[in-house]
Amino acid sequence: MKRQRVINRVLFAMGAVLAILYAFPFFMVLLNSFKEKRAIRNDPLALPEEWLFANYLEAAEKMDYWISLGNSILITILSVGAIIIVSSMLAYYLARTKTKFSAVTFIILVSSMIVPFQALMIPFVGLFGSLGMLASQPALVFFYVGFGVSMSTFLYHGFIKNIPTELDEAASIDGASAFATFRRIIFPMLNPVTATVAIINALWIWNDYLLPSLVLTQEQRTLPLRTYVFYGTYTSDYGLAMAGLVISIIPIIAFYFLMQKQIIAGVSAGAVK
Amino acid sequence: MARTTAKRIANIKNFAIFGLIPLMIFALVLVTPFIRGIFYTFTDWNGFEYEEFVGFANYEASLADETFWKAIWMTFGYVGASLVLVNLVGFGLALLVTIPMRGANILRTAFFVPNLIGGVILGLIWQFLFDQALPTISENFNLPIFQENWLLKPDTAFWSLVIVTVWQMSGYMMIIYVTGLMSIEKDVLEAALIDGSTGWRTLTQIKIPLMASAFTISLFLTLRNTFMAYDVNLALTGGGPYRSTELISLHVFKEAFGFGFFGTGQAQAVLMFLIIAVAAITQVIISKRTEVQR
Repeated sequence: MKRQRVINRVLFAMGAVLAILYAFPFFMVLLNSFKEKRAIRNDPLALPEEWLFANYLEAAEKMDYWISLGNSILITILSVGAIIIVSSMLAYYLARTKTKFSAVTFIILVSSMIVPFQALMIPFVGLFGSLGMLASQPALVFFYVGFGVSMSTFLYHGFIKNIPTELDEAASIDGASAFATFRRIIFPMLNPVTATVAIINALWIWNDYLLPSLVLTQEQRTLPLRTYVFYGTYTSDYGLAMAGLVISIIPIIAFYFLMQKQIIAGVSAGAVK
Repeated sequence: MARTTAKRIANIKNFAIFGLIPLMIFALVLVTPFIRGIFYTFTDWNGFEYEEFVGFANYEASLADETFWKAIWMTFGYVGASLVLVNLVGFGLALLVTIPMRGANILRTAFFVPNLIGGVILGLIWQFLFDQALPTISENFNLPIFQENWLLKPDTAFWSLVIVTVWQMSGYMMIIYVTGLMSIEKDVLEAALIDGSTGWRTLTQIKIPLMASAFTISLFLTLRNTFMAYDVNLALTGGGPYRSTELISLHVFKEAFGFGFFGTGQAQAVLMFLIIAVAAITQVIISKRTEVQR
């Protein structure tokens, strides 16, 4: 047993070193966000001589931080909400209807998951550009529903399959309409999947770059787009650029610490199914 | 007869309520551009309109394009290196954090956090590290390894792309492997222990075969995500130096939106899709077969 304890200590030390290595990039960004340019040049590892918060104020202003944060939050919440409604309903229909049509639809949905966005990106821009649907936030939400629906429907489908149809039948005998049955009886039972679907889609949409970069105008930009442009503009002033990175990371980290359990559960459930 | 008609009507009604809108959105946003995209590759499309059919000319031009081949080989190298390293590291981390010890949860968080952040931001963080922080640190401590900016030479720029990818994705794969390890029943492991099976043997002969599906999933996800990688590539190297680290995604983007070659850009995008489809299907078939054999 004593030998086991020694081994565990060694493993723990190894883990700690690895964890520090993984956190090192964040640590560097955070530390240097308080410094001026010259101090970063001289020694990125040193503690700042004086802690400059000015970088943060300037970065927040130049990035239109609060506006882009608001854009990101709005787009993520609306898209995730719409994806939840649309895909739970579609999955309910597909799981309860035993026709060739629903089987084929399901297969098409599942196989669409390996289509890379790049394979349809160019005609996508042509098509929706000519329809006047680019440069609009509601349109971006609409697109996220289109791209997110297959994976989320797949997750819901796996769960609804295992809910006995007797429940639906009992409700319909009691006089509930099909929609009322779904809304009052089935949908509340889907809560665990809804949590998974919400988390997987929220992380994807929050961090997405390529699609919004094609769709949004300058004022509509989300946080990742803003940060990228900001960083490119201020590469000569690294302290400022680092402060910009820190404030663009903070919201998602805060979200993680609030929802740690659900996120880990959601990520593993979403992947394993 | 009446009953089937009633059933059919009920079915159509249900479809109108539950299925119609979602499928219309899906068809408009995903299916239409995809099919149009394939169609356009056979025309002289300029991004807005086309005048005539050109047969396979766009594909021929793509395959004759040296930079496209370079991007393909680059992508294969990148996918291969990432596939091995991400999963090796991810599985190692999973073994480490499932040892019952204090602080395992903190370790889990540290390994997982990079995954929460988007590829563009991660790319920028590492651009700073390779460009500014690491060279100065190496110089101050007299370490030879990072003294030169890794992003300025093709070889090291390639490996910096792999390093960032491993850092980004290994924590995610760790979570999947942890789920796999936890799903192994304790009785099996106890029985193995009683039979005198030791650490390494238990791992290779019992644990890994019993969690084979976790490997299938992780390999599939790594394969898909690295083949489609764009964000880290854009933010870290931008394809440079001299377009040497351009992966297929970025190449397609530049071909169409940078140089305005929409026909060949789209043909390359379709080829990219075919490569991913073949690779993903092959990987799943191979993995499933090994799962069953065991």
